[in-house]
This record gives sequence, C-alpha cells and structure tokens, in this order.
Amino acid sequence: MTTTSAPPAATREALGRTLVKLRNDGLDIVVVDADLGNSTTARKFRDEFPDRFFTVGIAEQNMIGVAAGLAAAGKIAFCSTFSVFMPGRCFDQIRVGVAQPQLNVKMVASHAGISVGEDGISAQAIEDLALMCSLPGVNVIGPADVVEAEQAIEVAARTPGPFYIRTGRSKLPQIYDESYRFELGKAHVLRPGGDATIIANGLLVHAAVEAADTLSQDGIDCRVLNMATLRPLDEGAIVAAARETGCIVTAEEHLIGTGLSAMVSQVVTANAPVPMNAVGLTGYAESGKSNELLEKYGLTASDIVREVKAVIERKGQS
Amino acid sequence: MVATETTEELAAKARRIRRHIITMVTEAQSGHPGGSLSSVEILTALFFRVMQHDPSNAADPDRDRFVLSKGHCTPVYYGALTEAGYFPVEEIVTFRQLNSRLQGHSKVGTVPGVEMSAGSLGQGLSYSIGQALAARLDGRDYRTFCLLGDGECQEGSNWEAFMSAGFYELDNLCAIIDRNGVQNDWFVDETMPLGALDAKLEAFGWHAVTVDGHDIDALLAAFDEAQRTKGCPTVIIARTVKGKGVSFMENDPAWHGKGPSPEQAEQALAEIGE
Repeated sequence: MTTTSAPPAATREALGRTLVKLRNDGLDIVVVDADLGNSTTARKFRDEFPDRFFTVGIAEQNMIGVAAGLAAAGKIAFCSTFSVFMPGRCFDQIRVGVAQPQLNVKMVASHAGISVGEDGISAQAIEDLALMCSLPGVNVIGPADVVEAEQAIEVAARTPGPFYIRTGRSKLPQIYDESYRFELGKAHVLRPGGDATIIANGLLVHAAVEAADTLSQDGIDCRVLNMATLRPLDEGAIVAAARETGCIVTAEEHLIGTGLSAMVSQVVTANAPVPMNAVGLTGYAESGKSNELLEKYGLTASDIVREVKAVIERKGQS
Repeated sequence: MVATETTEELAAKARRIRRHIITMVTEAQSGHPGGSLSSVEILTALFFRVMQHDPSNAADPDRDRFVLSKGHCTPVYYGALTEAGYFPVEEIVTFRQLNSRLQGHSKVGTVPGVEMSAGSLGQGLSYSIGQALAARLDGRDYRTFCLLGDGECQEGSNWEAFMSAGFYELDNLCAIIDRNGVQNDWFVDETMPLGALDAKLEAFGWHAVTVDGHDIDALLAAFDEAQRTKGCPTVIIARTVKGKGVSFMENDPAWHGKGPSPEQAEQALAEIGE
C-alpha cells in the first residue's frame, strides 16, 4: 500500500469528528475536556452535543476522575489533553481510578513526540507510551495516519475497557484509504519482505515505508509492520518476522528501551532471538521545527536505512 | 431501601459497626481504626436512613451512591456494608487476608456495595462528580455522597474537583469531610492546616454545613438540609474525634493505621459495648 492522494492531515484531526459520528450512531458518548479541546479537536463534539461535553478547566487530574465516574455510571467517557499531560500529570488517577477497575474511559492524547516542535521539551511527550503500557489492562494505540486514528477511536468506543490513543500535531500524508480496517492488537503488513523487518508505529511508519522503498533499490527486501497497537501486542507477527526475516529494526517517536523497542525485544528474546536495532530517541530534544527535529534526533527514513543495513550485517552472528 | 427507624436503633448500628472495626483491624493486625471510628455515625446515618439503596440489587442504576474517597478506611465501610446485608458478617475476619474479598483499600468488583476503587487520596470527589453529571444527563434522581478525610483535603486534586462541582451546580452531590483533625503522621493543624473549610468551600460555590459528626440527629438534619439545597452542592463538615469510642485511640495519631493487641481489643470492645 502506498500513500493515498488524500491531502495531508494530522492524526489529532480524527477525534472530534469521529466522536460526533459515533454519537450520531447512537453511542452513549460523553467528553471531558481540560481546556485543550481546540487543539485535540474534541471541541467539535461540544458544537454538536453541548450537554454531553464537560470542561473542567486546566485540571487534568479532575478530568480523569470525572471521566471515571461517568464511565462507572454507564457512559462511554472520552477525555483528551496533550500526551505530556495525560499519563504525565494523571498517572495515579489513571492507575487507581481507571486501570485497576477497568473502567470504560477512552484517553485520546494529542501532540505526541518531538514533532510537536517549537514548544520544546516540556511539551514533547517521549515517555507516554512507556507509562501507559506499564498499566495492566489498558489498550494502547499509536495510529499512523488520520484514517487509522479514526478507526482506532471507533474501535475504542465500541470495545469495553480503558484505551489510550496517541495522536500527533503534524500534518502527514495519508497511508490508508477508507478500505483499510484497523484491528485492535493486529500488526498491519505494509510491505512484504524476507531480508529484514521494520516494525514502526505512529509518525515513524511513514519513514519506515520510505526506508523500505530506498532499501529495495539496493536489493534489500524489507518487511514493514505498522504496530499501531502496543497493548495488546501482536506477538505472533513479531515472532513470524523474527523467524522469517532474521533481523528486526524498530522505529518510534519515543524513548528507546521503554516503548515499542522494549516490548518487541521482550517478545523476540523469549521466542526467536535475532539481531535487533532501534531507531528512536535517547533523551530529550529541544525547540525547533518538526522536520528539523526529526532530522537532528535521528528519526528519518535514512536513519532507518542505516540501521537496517547494520542489523543485516549481524544476521547469523552469535 | 434499608431504613432503620429510631435514633436508638441507629446508635445500636453504630456500636455494631465499631465492634466490626475493632474485630477487623485486630484480626488483620493492620488497617485503619482511627479514621474508621471517626466516621461511624456518618456512614450509619447514610446507610440506614439517608440513602436509597437495596443490598439485594447493588447494581441498581437508580441507587444512591456512597463513594469512600478516603479509601483506606475500609473497616467502617465493610462494617456498614455487612450490617446493611451486602455480605455475610462472618467474612469480616478475612479482612486484608490472602484470597479475601475484603481488600485493604476499597476495590470494585469484590463485595457488592463497593462503589469505587480507592486508596490513593484525592480521587473520590472527581469520581462522584462524574456520577452526579451522569445522573443529571440521564434524568435519574439518585444522589451521590462522597466521604473525604480532612487530611485528604491537602491533596490539590480535591480543589480541582471542588471548583468544578460548584461550577456545575451539582445539587445531587453531597460531600462529607470527616474533620477528625489527625492525619497519618500527626495533627492536621500542625502539619498543613486547612483553616476555614466552610468559607473556602462557600467561595468555591458550595453550601457548607458544620455539624457534630458523632451526633446522628445533627447529621440527619444536615443531610436533610443538603437534599433541600438546590442550585449548588452541599458539603457537610463533620467535627469528629479520630478513634472515637475507644479511649486509648481517641485523638492519638499513633492509631491512624495499626491493629491493637488482643488485650487492647478486649478493652476496646468493652468500652464500645454491645
């Protein structure tokens, strides 16, 4: 599958309009907001259903608690803020108030990663997936484009239990068209291939596809998996990739060793040990334009190409 | 509905709940007797007079909600629940033991009647606001009661919640603050004083009532006033004594979170009476 002809869109744009659609479909959705509804696009829901939209002001901990109470009373409770705040400021509320009782709270967190850009490191969530994946029973999804984000939000709304969905600020080309069907807990094979596997999520799926195209010109046949769901993790796809391609590179807009790379490594070492390299962040970044930051901090297609070539060199070595 | 008619019968319920508290923390040799004993009359009034609830239909969507925000005070909670008939009284000796339904801090999905998973302070009021907003949205007339500790009010998240409950004018919500004046380490006033809670909460849009939290008639009057107060939530500031009813536990921070020896338990039960 290649990039569609649809105009570029940010994954965050999926939220408000999808919630409106789902409410129009009859789902018992309510939204709790903490003064970032314009940015996360949740505020679109308020325009249509003001009696179902509750703002708590700049008070994220209260947002989670109110959403938990609404969920316990039978509602499908969505809440949204930036991904730095969702687990960062509310971790205890999410842990005790949502994850432990397995409440129907859907946390959609936008402006993830360094691609948020100029605000700098306080606004750049590079730890959120690690925090959310540390909570048993929370479904965690990092969609690659706006189509996948819309479908992930719909799946979250229709599936009981807690969800964390990570969206971004930057406009991206669309990978998927309307024929795509997101499946919770299933990796999506974007490129077949037998020489190596790139496992990516979110923004880095785009770079992974570009890297695979570049590598094919060098005669390297690279499998690309979009691992949009981190919890529950598609262990079968990971084990198959290890066995069938013999090496893996993970690519994520997140700290290495705590998110996708760590989770894939655990599955690989337990089931089918093969060489692995990781593309991702090793520390905090800085202010700058999105593309400048991705370049400086090593989150581009050429970084993936380099790591794939390096990991292939290690195949068969013990 | 569980309704106990006379003040004398309510006082007898309160004594039984106090005995259950002592039994639980003695068997477990852990748990929180101080803040449980201070809130006995509050739960007695709620579970046996004020709240509309049916232990045989604990998931009734129209039930009144009791949310224990000070989630470590499970002894008084389980004491009230078993007295109301939510689970057999024989089970209280399993409190905090392996494989027990009576978890140390309250957890939903264990015994019926436990409304919220708690134990980390400063979360119950937000949860209660969600319940109250859902009632309003669905046109249900259930009420939500949330019990907080006074030490707990040092948690900043409560003030986010106080602010929003006032803004949303949630007159189907009633918070009760167990103003026993003692927290984990020491006295509240010497740790981080809360000052004029009534004035603070009135400034946040609440109707505030201060009562003697061990006077059941006064509590019933306050709950009645809360029910009649429209256009804003009500907070009942219940002046209580931590460890109330057991002389050596009263107002002693050491009895925040530990179980008594068998001899001390015997004395405690004797003081409480049948």
